[in-house]
Amino acid sequence: MIQVQNLVKKFGDFTAVKDISFTVEAGEIFAFLGPNGAGKTTTIKMLTTLLNPTSGKIELDGLDPTVQKNEARKTFGIVFQDPSLDGEQTAYENMELHAVLYKVPRKVRAERIEQLLKLFELWERRDDYVKTFSGGMKRRLEIARGFLHTPKILFLDEPTLGLDPQTRNQLWTHVKHLNETQKTTVFLTTHYMDEADRVAHRIAIIDHGGIVAQGTSQQLKQQTNSESLEQAFLALTGSSIRDESATSADQLRQVAKMWSQRR
Amino acid sequence: MSAIYILWLRELKRYVRSRAQIVASLGQPLLYLLVLGFGLGPVFQKAGNGSYLQFVAPGVISMTILFSAIFSGIAMLWDRQFGFLKETLVAPVPRIEVMIGRTLGGATVAVIQGTLILAVCLVAGFRPARLSLFPLAFLFMGLIAIVFAALGTAFGSIVQDMQGFQLIMNFMVLPIFFLSGALFPLSNLPKPLAIITRLDPLTYGVDALRGVLINASHFGLALDVSLLCAIAVAFLSLGGYLFSRIQL
Repeated sequence: MIQVQNLVKKFGDFTAVKDISFTVEAGEIFAFLGPNGAGKTTTIKMLTTLLNPTSGKIELDGLDPTVQKNEARKTFGIVFQDPSLDGEQTAYENMELHAVLYKVPRKVRAERIEQLLKLFELWERRDDYVKTFSGGMKRRLEIARGFLHTPKILFLDEPTLGLDPQTRNQLWTHVKHLNETQKTTVFLTTHYMDEADRVAHRIAIIDHGGIVAQGTSQQLKQQTNSESLEQAFLALTGSSIRDESATSADQLRQVAKMWSQRR
Repeated sequence: MSAIYILWLRELKRYVRSRAQIVASLGQPLLYLLVLGFGLGPVFQKAGNGSYLQFVAPGVISMTILFSAIFSGIAMLWDRQFGFLKETLVAPVPRIEVMIGRTLGGATVAVIQGTLILAVCLVAGFRPARLSLFPLAFLFMGLIAIVFAALGTAFGSIVQDMQGFQLIMNFMVLPIFFLSGALFPLSNLPKPLAIITRLDPLTYGVDALRGVLINASHFGLALDVSLLCAIAVAFLSLGGYLFSRIQL
């Protein structure tokens, strides 16, 4: 369902993704793990048409997202790592806008929005502006929104970041359900190894822009003589802490925060 | 089509909901209208050009539309920051539709702002020359709005931070306003200024509005209309092209 061959992304002199290749089969849950700044999000951005690769080949359901951008976009849904909600609209309006953009049939729209907002316990707050939501609520809304339509491929970029265990559980149950009933292919990244261990069929570990290991959780553990996936992960990627450089977007977000506090 | 509509609607909702912004954005045009209108009035009159308030009102309306339309495009900067832009960029909708929805939304808001200033002008003593042409004013306000909302979208597609925003403000938007003849008559200008004003798209918008509101068009409505339409098409294409190339 997803095929990546010799994918490279350079930003100036810096190579964020170094010649990676992998395949995700249809109906598979594939976890992409790696330390901060390893190139996970950059890879997802290239897979989802937000960024053009420097070189290499990508196929999503047989489509090339660098050329057939719009056709490729029809195959997937995505929950981003960082916020992508419209704070000036209510939770319900955010859901509605998403439903329209993703062409959820008008008949089922209201019903599905209600169902998902209730599932993620946001129904009571549906008419409040998203800018008044707490971090956890925004996160829940992003996830609820991601489930509005049922794409062939679902990208989840650190979806559980900042979520409480209840919501995390809710999320993974839902993902597994989709995978089993709709045969949705899932491509996810996370820093929680236990989650990857629990849901992923196969795992790739990326570090410094390159894939250092691929296989099932079992295989990775065997390969490194580790008892847990976390140990295997540390054995493969080392224990030094990585820095991520701040982009202009992060800097502006700081300014934006300052302004919103003044209000 | 529904994508265009929902994104257009979003721009409108944002506008209606931010009352502080509505008031703030009307402040500057009011200052121009009242201070310049009444302050320069006597001099203008002595020079034999009639009422300055009559003259400057179409200019101030154009300015309101210019600023509002360009800002709506550059407001994309905030959508970039808060991440909402991504949401629309990965959606299974041709980017050109996303761009058109945003741009038309911005243009609609700009026309509303212009209409508010027009109303203020009428209260301040501005009188349109021929009532029969009055409805045409809205057509031209719409054209000006589309031209500059498209330009704003083009800017918004390439600007990534506040510094870039300042740059565009000082080197694009303010010159477009000051060189458009919004504040001064186009006749008897020094040669270089005459040339520059003719290169400014807003010049034809202001001129067209003067044509229908005070019956004093310098270039003639036909030329104004055709040029504005051509510029609108050019800027929409430019905006659409740059928007479709956004990478995050």
